[in-house]
Amino acid sequence: MSYLVRGYLEEDELPPKPSRERLEERNVAYIECPQEIPCSPCIESCKYDAIKMENINAPPEVDYEKCNGCMQCIRVCPGLAIFILRIKDGKGYVTLAYEFLPWPKKGQEVVLLNRKGEEVGKGKVTWVLPPEKNDHTSLVRVEMDPELIFDVRAIRIIEG
Amino acid sequence: MRLEDHPIVEFKRGKEVTIYFNGKPIKAYEGETVASALYAAGVRTFSRSFRFHRPRGFFCAIGKCSSCLMEVDGIPNIRVCKVYVKDGMQVRTQNSFPNADNDLLGVLDSIIDRFYPHGSHYKKFNRPRILREFITKRVRGFAGTGNPPKKVFEGEASFEEIETDLAVVGGGPAGMSAAIFAAKAGARVILMDENPFLGGQLVKQTHRFFGSGRHRAGTRGIRIATILADEIKELKNIDVRFETKVFGIYDGIVGAVEKEKKLLRIKPKKIVVATGAYERTLIFENNDLPGVYGAGGVQTLMNVYGIKPGNKGLIVGSGNVGLILTYQLMQAGVKVAAIVEAMPRIGGYFVHAAKVRRLGVPIYTSYTIQRAIGKKKVEAAEIVKLDENWCPVKGSEKRIECDFICIAIGLSPTHELLYQAGCEMKFVPELGGLVPVRNKYGETTVEGVYVAGDVAGIEEATAAMMEGRIAGIDAAIKIGYGGDEALKIREEVVRDLKEFREGPFGARIVAGLQKVTMEEGGA
Repeated sequence: MSYLVRGYLEEDELPPKPSRERLEERNVAYIECPQEIPCSPCIESCKYDAIKMENINAPPEVDYEKCNGCMQCIRVCPGLAIFILRIKDGKGYVTLAYEFLPWPKKGQEVVLLNRKGEEVGKGKVTWVLPPEKNDHTSLVRVEMDPELIFDVRAIRIIEG
Repeated sequence: MRLEDHPIVEFKRGKEVTIYFNGKPIKAYEGETVASALYAAGVRTFSRSFRFHRPRGFFCAIGKCSSCLMEVDGIPNIRVCKVYVKDGMQVRTQNSFPNADNDLLGVLDSIIDRFYPHGSHYKKFNRPRILREFITKRVRGFAGTGNPPKKVFEGEASFEEIETDLAVVGGGPAGMSAAIFAAKAGARVILMDENPFLGGQLVKQTHRFFGSGRHRAGTRGIRIATILADEIKELKNIDVRFETKVFGIYDGIVGAVEKEKKLLRIKPKKIVVATGAYERTLIFENNDLPGVYGAGGVQTLMNVYGIKPGNKGLIVGSGNVGLILTYQLMQAGVKVAAIVEAMPRIGGYFVHAAKVRRLGVPIYTSYTIQRAIGKKKVEAAEIVKLDENWCPVKGSEKRIECDFICIAIGLSPTHELLYQAGCEMKFVPELGGLVPVRNKYGETTVEGVYVAGDVAGIEEATAAMMEGRIAGIDAAIKIGYGGDEALKIREEVVRDLKEFREGPFGARIVAGLQKVTMEEGGA
């Protein structure tokens, strides 16, 4: 439970990672929600029966083969703990929930941050779900080095 | 200080009005409280403390702390966080000369305190008796709260007698749910709240809620407030009384004052008390300095009235409230210097901590605040590491630059009304303090008086809504409404709530509830 001392997950505390082949096939949901809390919107939103949760307090487990990458779960997760991952044509993509001003725009260059808030590089916004379509939680897809998709968990807009 | 743009909330400000602060005009907007209008104008000292004339300012924002007492239109000791601005309103600081910002009697705190420290009026000059009496008189001359009123009530007072099935005290998540579920079963309900709006503290919860979809998880607290208020509007058998303060329950009769002028004598068959909770404070040097706020107070200021509390904050406590507040401050464009947590681990949900940690906010576990630094307002804070025996480690002090400090160390139930009604109370630390003994449907030891929400034990809004539903529907059933369908719904919610509490976060609540839940039936 040392993640509760730090406030972020270390490599050995991460949930199992989907394979490179799976990541290259289509989008996949990666849920970083290791603690037992009473919460279940993700499983309720999943149409593909891809999320397993024994009871409302159990942490969710994703079956990467069943997950279709439809992004219903990331829209509703109150913990903003779901990230949609993808590798395509040698490039990595992370889709994350974003709730700050200014809203990111497609084509914009952004600073990539890891779980500790440290800068790990720069990426480009390739797709945005506008905030008004999802009760003010925008979804932002950022293109980056494929090696970074299990590290990057936040972005910062470059001002000016 | 006023926020124009916000990622989640759209601030709809009313007509621009002018209020006067110690005679000086201040711009305000209709619908705003006096406290928030003053805050937005940069006023930090609202009055002076009654004995040592220390600066007093904004703290809880929901009328529970007495830190913001001022003179409004000639009437002293008004909680300005509960009074809404009106054009031409005259607001004055009290217990000070010439004003609270530059109070001559402030010498009592800054100079005399060195020779006659706080608390010494209990110890010094006790003997001989004649000296004690002399000194006591002099000291009392300096003390006191406010001046005599310059005006008396001029409106017309009236009286109304109401007979109904269910009286609900408090229009927050628990009270609203109780009213809705009782009304749906067929009961006539009167729902009273001291605010001019329903929703309680939901109105400042801009984040999405946890729980199950059936209990509105994934929906923002502010939307839940609207959804419930709309549902209440639809139900014709709910009579909502805004700005109504319930002051007592006397043998099943509820006494209340509506809009400061109408006395209500309500004879319900059952009563649900859902009065919520108030924020706790923490002991540290200078903890009364303006700039030290309750976490919920800051949420009200920022998310309800759209006013920034400052430029950079320090958060004390890493429970869900502290973590969520940190995120909300950042959403409003306010920097957070750090979160300190006395426990060796984060108290709230990990996912909330991860949300702010990945934006670079440091979380210091095993740290606490040692003192607030500043003369008339917070200019910095000093934090210190705690060893395994919770003792400060010498030499580990760190200065944190900040202009406000949020205390997010928990809440205490607003239990006074239950106590007055004669309910058997117990002090249960797991539930946050004094709570009533009750059965599994929330009925206390006083027959027909139910309890629901934070006043029954500090938990969170999802559980409060479930408790409200259970209390409301059980009250309706006992009166004779609803039939088998109502019984089914009641048992369903009881089951959902039990499941909700089955995890480690619920374990503490369950342990607390075991100490106050009666086996069968109730009174």
